Amino acid sequence: MENNLSRRGFLSHGLSGISAVWIATHWPAMLSAASHARQAAQSPTPAKFEYFSAEQAAEIDAITARIIPTTDTSGAHEAGVVFFIDRALVTFAKDDQKEYVEGLPALQARAHEMFPGVTKFSAATPEQQDQILESLAAQSGGEGSRPFRPSSGAQSFFETIRVHTISGFLIDPDSDRRGNRDGVGWKVIGRDNEHMFQPPFGYYDKDYPGWQPNPVNADKTKT
Amino acid sequence: MTLDQPKYKTTDEVDFVVIGSGAAGGIIAKELSENGFRVVVLEQGPYLTEKDFVHDEIKVLNQDLLTNHPDLQPNTFRKTPDEKAKRQRAVAYGRLVGGTSTHFTANFWRFHEIDFHERSKVGAVAGANLADWPITYADLEPYYTKVEWEIGVSGLAGASPFDPPRSKPYPMPPLPVKSGGVIFERAGRKLGWNPFPAPMAILSQPRPGRSACINCGFCLGFACEVGAKSSSLAAAIPMAEKTGRCEIRPNSYVHRIELDANGRATGAVYFDAQRNVQRQKAKAVVVCANGAETPRLLLLSANKQFPDGLANSSGIVGKNLMFNSGALSVGVFEHPLNDYKGFAVSRILHDFYELDSDKVGFHGGGGLDARFDQTPINFALGGLPPGTPRWGKGFKDALSHNFTRTVEIFCHGTSLPVENNSFSLDPDVKDAWGLPALRMTYKDHPDDVKLSNWLNARAAELLQAAGAQKQWSFPAGEQEFSVHLLGTCRMGNDPKTSVINPDHQTHDVKNLFLCDGSSLVTSGRGQPTMTIEALAFRAGDRIRALAKRGDLTV
Repeated sequence: MENNLSRRGFLSHGLSGISAVWIATHWPAMLSAASHARQAAQSPTPAKFEYFSAEQAAEIDAITARIIPTTDTSGAHEAGVVFFIDRALVTFAKDDQKEYVEGLPALQARAHEMFPGVTKFSAATPEQQDQILESLAAQSGGEGSRPFRPSSGAQSFFETIRVHTISGFLIDPDSDRRGNRDGVGWKVIGRDNEHMFQPPFGYYDKDYPGWQPNPVNADKTKT
Repeated sequence: MTLDQPKYKTTDEVDFVVIGSGAAGGIIAKELSENGFRVVVLEQGPYLTEKDFVHDEIKVLNQDLLTNHPDLQPNTFRKTPDEKAKRQRAVAYGRLVGGTSTHFTANFWRFHEIDFHERSKVGAVAGANLADWPITYADLEPYYTKVEWEIGVSGLAGASPFDPPRSKPYPMPPLPVKSGGVIFERAGRKLGWNPFPAPMAILSQPRPGRSACINCGFCLGFACEVGAKSSSLAAAIPMAEKTGRCEIRPNSYVHRIELDANGRATGAVYFDAQRNVQRQKAKAVVVCANGAETPRLLLLSANKQFPDGLANSSGIVGKNLMFNSGALSVGVFEHPLNDYKGFAVSRILHDFYELDSDKVGFHGGGGLDARFDQTPINFALGGLPPGTPRWGKGFKDALSHNFTRTVEIFCHGTSLPVENNSFSLDPDVKDAWGLPALRMTYKDHPDDVKLSNWLNARAAELLQAAGAQKQWSFPAGEQEFSVHLLGTCRMGNDPKTSVINPDHQTHDVKNLFLCDGSSLVTSGRGQPTMTIEALAFRAGDRIRALAKRGDLTV
């Protein structure tokens, strides 16, 4: 609601050239869309998963928490990434179910093989968990090129869950995908959880004196 | 969508059917309907509106909310004509009312004089099919001005010493400078270059029914939820609809243009949303389907008279495909830039627009821009320096440090026309409607790659002069994918070497016109949409003049 109110504040008080006509014609629709998204995003997290069993969810949560760990700032666990992946597997990432169905037992077997006393990934120490994931990452192929879109054709369980974790950490919190809870992922990367901004934007433009023609070309350039 | 849109019957013979509602189609529909003609615009994609334009990266980028979907409309690719093409995504374009103009970066450079008579000026370039345009910059200048004023372009006239002459200033001041733009401007000047405020098709001041840019930061790849981006959806189409003579008909996938016994086009055949075949009758047809789908439609429309494709007596429909070459350098700075806020580009430079090929050893030229066009997920997956850990604490630390401190220097340049580079119909792969898939054949001219790497070395110099704490470059390789789709039905006076005449009329079929990226004879230096829109305004004028003269019986 706070975000919704601040948007409304921006619309009614912000002066960066939003036309009165635009506000009059678009405000109602936009507010209703925004508040709908907010409600969806902020309704108490249902305990029920749509795809995972509670047991599976605990393992997935533990894996995501090593991909983006909790440090002095929030990690995948606080962002509720497991809920994002759970919903992803019944919506846009249905095709990746197989990776999880086959990948999770393989991961558990690997955990047990590397650390015989460890019965499941979530019970291992963080150091052990990192070693288990490193052994998977080493198998999963190299670095991709600069993507135009998030890769959906990830080739292995680790690569799949890595891309899903990052996506669930940084997705627009106003979307209905159950990721980036309370915008904590954006907070970590320094993105304000807003969709309207005014200059100055950053360190280097805050004292910009305004455009001046290049003195070298003063003779060539005329306005 | 306005209420006063007429609903024509397919059996009504309207004056014009316009195929495609993007940068060119929107403007042509506006120009023709404002001049009293009855127009039906057939758009293959849906009619989305501002409430649909969300910031969900999965929905928009990953699921192709706005773009052609590779499962429904597969592409195939090969480098040379002797190879068998493999299925892979080769093109992306906006597939919705407004077309690619809804989700583009909105860099709006005019072409310069050189772009129209390059062949005469520099002579032949080995391995390239370089030609002069049949029109000049001066012919197009009034229409560039029309685009700036009617569609809405922000910028500062006279700020670049390399700008071609103009008859009027911009209608509104440039967008605010971003930190990346300030860094670019200071470092560029230090090196003796001339950075200047980027001309952008994004409003810096409101217009009736449209907001000024609110700097939301989801710009490239996303459509604007406040109408600030001057897409055809936000600008031209509402004006066309307002005439009461123009119907925008979405979900209409045109796959054939038919001729009557006299060799005149009779309208367009399309699949409606239920995939039923419909025929819209019209006195004349204007194809604005983009540089890939326009030649594909002509090839799909082959008939007895034109066995190699409609209006293809020259045999060059689909050929001389150009992309614009590109390369990228990235820098990370000490303090937060927060360039994630706002549109992508605030400063550019054109010092290298016309390079001396005797000195540099290749043909072409280009421009640089300072940009940040990456949304959070995209950035996390592809925006960190090479060698950064891909998960764990090291990854998280780099991500939280770099997201606000990164700026990219993008190099845009010439793409030389090469006859083998082309769009054609794939002999095996079909789309979801059973039509032959779009096949791309493309291998960069070696000069394009040399140019990109040369420009990228300048970008790296600039980042160094700017004091980047870390910087890296992606060397230019041979491209296999593009969003700039140019030159495939080129304009010219000679019917043997061109598809359309300077009036955008096909040499072969008198009431068939083509106007979009396919009309371009040269690629310019990286930003084609401004020129496509200027051509569309001019084509509107020319077609109207022909119609009045009675050549068209409309």
